[in-house]
Amino acid sequence: MNEDVMVGGHISRQYDEELDEIRSRVLQMGGLVETQMDKTLDALREDESDHIVDVEKLDRKVNKMEMLIDEECTQILAKRQPAAGDLRLIIATSKSVRDLERIGDEAERVAHMVRNAMDNQISKKAFKGLLSLGEQTKELLHKTLNVYARMETRKAVKLMRKDQEIDDEYSRVVLRLIEYMKKDPDNISDALDVMWAARSLERIGDHCINILENVIYLVEGEDVRHTGIKEIKRQLSNSD
Amino acid sequence: MLDTAKETYQTAGEPFLDEPKMRVRNADVFYADKQAIFDVNIDIGKNEVISMIGPSGCGKSTFLRCLNRMNDTIDICRVTGELFLEDQDIYDRSIDVVELRARVGMVFQKPNPFPKSIYENVAYGARIHGLTDTKVELDELIEKSLHRCGLWNEVKDRLEEPATGLSGGQQQRLCIARAIAVNPEVILMDEPCSALDPIATATVEELIHELSENFTICIVTHSMQQAARVSSRTAYFHLGKLIEVNDTSKVFTNPEHQLTEEYITGRIG
Repeated sequence: MNEDVMVGGHISRQYDEELDEIRSRVLQMGGLVETQMDKTLDALREDESDHIVDVEKLDRKVNKMEMLIDEECTQILAKRQPAAGDLRLIIATSKSVRDLERIGDEAERVAHMVRNAMDNQISKKAFKGLLSLGEQTKELLHKTLNVYARMETRKAVKLMRKDQEIDDEYSRVVLRLIEYMKKDPDNISDALDVMWAARSLERIGDHCINILENVIYLVEGEDVRHTGIKEIKRQLSNSD
Repeated sequence: MLDTAKETYQTAGEPFLDEPKMRVRNADVFYADKQAIFDVNIDIGKNEVISMIGPSGCGKSTFLRCLNRMNDTIDICRVTGELFLEDQDIYDRSIDVVELRARVGMVFQKPNPFPKSIYENVAYGARIHGLTDTKVELDELIEKSLHRCGLWNEVKDRLEEPATGLSGGQQQRLCIARAIAVNPEVILMDEPCSALDPIATATVEELIHELSENFTICIVTHSMQQAARVSSRTAYFHLGKLIEVNDTSKVFTNPEHQLTEEYITGRIG
């Protein structure tokens, strides 16, 4: 963990424990969301409906975790009036769990698309490129959660570039789907389903970027939303 | 001066301002041969509320008391450095300390009304400084001062009653009315709410906010939430050194100095 971010060391050890618990829960929630993503891709790869059921079950757990962590953040705000790094931890956590929960929802949406495809025997041709997009997104999510766990801002900035790669892959998938629709108007309905799934995967990338921005805010106290990577680097070098 | 080499200290943040109301440079304070304040450099802006925070014994009250020479009342206390109120060196030999304290008033931790009537408490300063010529003028000044402190409606029908009969919060607002009746430029407040309940505290904090339109206010407080609520700038003291001065919003979300962070997050007390 980055040494700039302190969780422990308060005069009140109970406060240390409360903050520590929140951090652990976020990591736990991140683990659940990552498993959801794995299962979704397994379903996509294997046409196996058991995976989809697992994704749904995990989503219910993720939703509960979001509410639980939010409640803990509210309690700390009310009882402890956190300031400085502690305040930023609570704000960043509250925002990040929302992003994690949405990643879970998007993964579930993709899983439902897979079920629909299985039920309607949608041609595998329609899925071309979707798995690759999913793998890239999964990798970004995995690395994002690592950055969150270790509070590494430099890696966060580096990882932000990956979003562009995901956006490019998404564009390629969309172009392929357009071609697929042009070939036969009967393909349109299937292709639109797949397009929504691709959109969900692309959105997962965006939520990962939000979490990375939250890490930078937490560690550096800099709000880097709606800021280009060059500008973020400049801001971070100024704050060094 | 002691024979030891003078220690210098670089404060983090932005301690200096353009056209400050008060300017302090290289201020050291000693109690006999024990140094309590080390090389404090800070500007206090016109009509700003600046709060001084820090653990007990950090020197914040000692520093506050330098600003109107209240430390003169302590025999063993010695202040060195430059302390200016606008262009005037407040430690210059020619300075009339009574006049200085009219320009830089003070409100203390515990409400300390004189054992006189409400009216006489507010009239006292105006009388000794000869601020009014007639009884009508004095009445107007007292009404205005009590109005400004939000006390007028509460006490207008009992101005001749003893001030000690007022509640704690009312007494503190009366002390503030007494301070502003002599039309000071700066008001120093040394933990003005620590003896008050939360409602009275909120009333005094609201008053501080309103007074900042016309006065410069320096407040020493143990309550970090109070500093966050009432001040636009915050100064953090630690073991006699001025560690950081910054906008309050910055200090409470992203302080520059590690010690400030540790204090406001409750890691050092």
